[in-house]
Parts: sequence; structure tokens; C-alpha cells
Amino acid sequence: MSAEREAVPNSEAGGPEPSQGSGQLWSRVVLMNEKLWKHPASVVETVGDHMLLLGRSMFWLAKPPFRITVMLEAMEFIGVQSLMIVSLIGTFVGMVFALQLTSALRQFGTESFVGATLGIALTRELAPVFTSIVVAARAGAGIATELGSMRITEQIDALATMAVNPIQYLVTPRIVAAIIMVPLLTMIFNLVAMLGGYGVAVGLLNVDRGAFVENARWVVDSKDMIQGVVKATIFGGALSLISCYQGFNASGGAKGVGIGTTRAVVGSFVSILVLDYFLTDIILTLQKR
Amino acid sequence: MALISKEDASPTGRDEQFQIRIRGIQKTFGGIHHVLRGIDLDIARGKINTVIGGSGQGKSVLMKHLMGLLKPDAGQILVDGEDVVPLDDFQLNRVRRKFGMLFQYSALFDSLTVEENVAFALKEHTKKSRDEIREIVVKRLASVGLKNIEKKYPAEISGGMRKRVGLARALVLEPEILLYDEPTTGLDPIATKNVDDMIRDISQQTGVTSVVISHDMASTFRISDRISMLRDGIICESGVPDEILESSDEIVREFIETSGAVRMKGAS
Repeated sequence: MSAEREAVPNSEAGGPEPSQGSGQLWSRVVLMNEKLWKHPASVVETVGDHMLLLGRSMFWLAKPPFRITVMLEAMEFIGVQSLMIVSLIGTFVGMVFALQLTSALRQFGTESFVGATLGIALTRELAPVFTSIVVAARAGAGIATELGSMRITEQIDALATMAVNPIQYLVTPRIVAAIIMVPLLTMIFNLVAMLGGYGVAVGLLNVDRGAFVENARWVVDSKDMIQGVVKATIFGGALSLISCYQGFNASGGAKGVGIGTTRAVVGSFVSILVLDYFLTDIILTLQKR
Repeated sequence: MALISKEDASPTGRDEQFQIRIRGIQKTFGGIHHVLRGIDLDIARGKINTVIGGSGQGKSVLMKHLMGLLKPDAGQILVDGEDVVPLDDFQLNRVRRKFGMLFQYSALFDSLTVEENVAFALKEHTKKSRDEIREIVVKRLASVGLKNIEKKYPAEISGGMRKRVGLARALVLEPEILLYDEPTTGLDPIATKNVDDMIRDISQQTGVTSVVISHDMASTFRISDRISMLRDGIICESGVPDEILESSDEIVREFIETSGAVRMKGAS
């Protein structure tokens, strides 16, 4: 039926008019172009919005009043309250990694390098990435939910009406706290994971204690530690920025808060892993020079 | 109405009759949804000015513009002669100190106790000691009829009490201008009358300029000195309550009469 309907004007006019046809073609090209650029454009826009929020929060960091208590509360929430879960996960990551490494290296008779390999993997990659992911899942989700609830119940507007800048009061302390606390948690992760790995490799799998410790000390140096700390600092900033952004821009009631929280966690995970690749590439390039 | 000239729009250009003057405010959301289409409105100093209008007409959007929570696409908002539209966040904070606001659902900080909520602005903007702050908080809460709830959290008190706490919080810095966003929404008739009485008492005792956003007609005609009606993004009617009751605008008459709370003059 629709084919018949479409065919009628064509037969009456003896085929499509050139101007009409080119007009339709042009509108299709425009539509296709819009569809093609919709997602990349929204990604660029979102990244830009994040950068603006970061810029504004850093601007307000330099402006009085300096709310030390609010900052300490954010550090306590992001850092101290994440300590147990980071330690628990760190211990088991170290243990399972030692288990796999010992099993693999023993095939070549090189299990004495378990400590060194574990140390390198932890300090450079595993500790900053795992710690940041744990903090994003626990504290990042918490931040997004808290700020999202405050947004939809007009508490953020209420702050502004009391002449308190919401970015300075809510966003700046959380970003600064994450930048400070995630590297500290990463160091703790390193420690407990090494202890966990030591326990499994030396205690259970009979790897030589001296070889484990000495090879680790010989191979792992301050550059590896710095690499991990730099990554953790940037990951901490990224996860807190994304979580604050999603919470701050939540809309549409409880569902909107849920969506914002999901986006905060997923966005943090993705950005941690993407940033990890590029940071590693940059750091390795710099170290080669 | 024409925009106000730069010479008149200065902090020194204080208008004794009108504390806030709004000229040609326009606001569009998402490029297509025109909420405000050119608002012209004068807010009388020391009076209760009520803006009425149906749901979704942009009353709350208009109120958010007054405090700089939203920026208009065009127009002027003069507070004591100073145009607040071009001000940045830092400058706006200075102007916001003149305002207090009672939100529709109170917007109390749910992680803080009642005492901490009321004390919040005092801690932020004054150098008063803890004891002084506590004393002011207790007095403020008493002035809105609340006692012995300082340690409770907002979730532990009723909607009417939350409104009163919100009002105490808005009043704590003794603002020159008080904004009320739907102050009686969700309250029973007795609580509504209590809130009305409070708004009236506060206005009379402190001489504060009040701006009330409402679609509660009984409440509006009980408390207002001036009433303006917002419709289709513009102010379509404005005047003292008697003038509004004599309005010849059919939609204004229908809006007010349908509420059943007030009878228009000249109605059959």
C-alpha cells in the first residue's frame, strides 16, 4: 500500500523532480551527518564539561574561606573508610598473584623471581589501578549518590542561596581529598599485597625467603614507586571529578540519582583503565630518555 | 517595558519603592522550551509580593533567577539598583547575603541536625562563638514556634515542622529579602494557616521584602500586599489584591474562581 502511495506522485509527475530529489538527498546527508557526529560531539562536550568543573573547583580552592573540617571529612570518607576494603583486596590480589607466578615460574626454575615480579607488577600497575577501582566503587558511588540526592532535593540550591558556593563546598574538597588519599591507599595496597604474596610464596609454596626479598629489593626501585603514585594521583582526581560531575548534574528524581551513580562508577572504571594505558606509555617514554 | 539605563542600574540607584525590578527576562531551556518570554515585574520594598500562576508556568524558574541560581538569556534583574545578571559567582555571593529562601520542600541538609541546619549560615558568614550561635538558633526556632527539636534530624520531624525549620534557617542572617517557593504546598489547612500567619508576622515585625510563589489562592489573598499573575511566560496581571479581584481578564478570573477559595468582584 505504501509502495503504491509513493508511486502515485512519481507516475503523475513522470518521475521525481530534480529539486525535490536533491532536497531529500541533502536532508538525508544532513541527518546522517548529525547521527554520525552525535556521539563523538557529546563525548567532547562531556569531557569539556568535566574540565570546566575541574577548572572551577581549582579556582575556588584558592579562594577563602578554607574549610579544613570539610576537607578532613572528605579525606576520612574517601581514605580512612576505604582502608579496610583496600587492605582486604590488596592482600588477596598479592596472594593470588604469588600463587599464579610461583606456579608459572617454577616450570622454568625461576621461582626466586616471584617477589621481584610481584613487586614490579604491584607498584607500577596493580596497586594504583586496583586501589582506584575500589575507591571509585565505594567512595565514588557514595559521592555521586550524595551529591545527586542533594541536587534533586534542592539542597545544592539551598547552599547557593546561603551565599556558599556549592562547587567550593562540595566538589573542591572531594577532589583534593581523593588526590591526596588514593596515592596513600595505593602505598598501603602495595604493602599488604607484598605481605600476602610473601605469605603464599614463602609460607605455602616454599619459595626461598632470601631470594624473594632480595630480588624484590634489587628489581623494584623508587622509579616504580613514583610511577604508581603518579598514576594513583591522576586516577584519584579523575574518579572524584567524574563522581562529583555525575552527582552535581543529576536530574529526574531517584531514578536520575541511580543513573548518575551508575555513570559515575562505569565512567570512573573506564577512564582509570584508559588513562592507565596512556600514562604508562608516557612514563615509559620519559624513562627511556 | 524598556530596560533600565546603566546610570539608574547602579548600587547607588536605590529605589525606595521597589527593591527588585525585573525587566524583559527571557529564559529558554534546551533551545526550544520558552519558559519566560519577557518578564517585567517590580517587587515592592517591605511588602508581601505574591506571584501566582498554574503549574509549569515558570514561577520557580523566575524565583531562581532572582537569586542568580539561573542566568536569563536576556533582560535585567535589579536588586537595590544593581543588575545581578552579569555578576559572576563570587560577586553573586555578596548579593545573595541580602536574601533568604524557603524552598518548596524545605531543602534542609538531611545529614545535619535541625540546630546545624539553622546554624549553617551563621558559621559560614559570622565569627560568632558556638554559644552565641546556639543561643541565636534557639531563639530563631522559638520565633517560628519550635522548641526542643535542635538535636533531631530533618527526617525525624513532620513536613510542617520542616517548613518552619527552613524558615528559621532563611531568617537567621536577618535578610532584607525573603523568597518563599510554594510555602504551603503539601500542608494541611491548619498548618497552611500557621505558615501564612508566620509570613505575615515576619513581614510586619522585620519589614522584610517578601516574594511568595504560590498557586494556593486562599493563602495568597490572606497574606499578599501585591499579586502578579504569570501566564505563558509573561506577567499578565499585577496589582493589589482588590485590583486583581476586579480583573477583567477571563483567564485570571477563571484561575482564581476555580480555586473556590476567593470570589471575584462582579462575578454573577
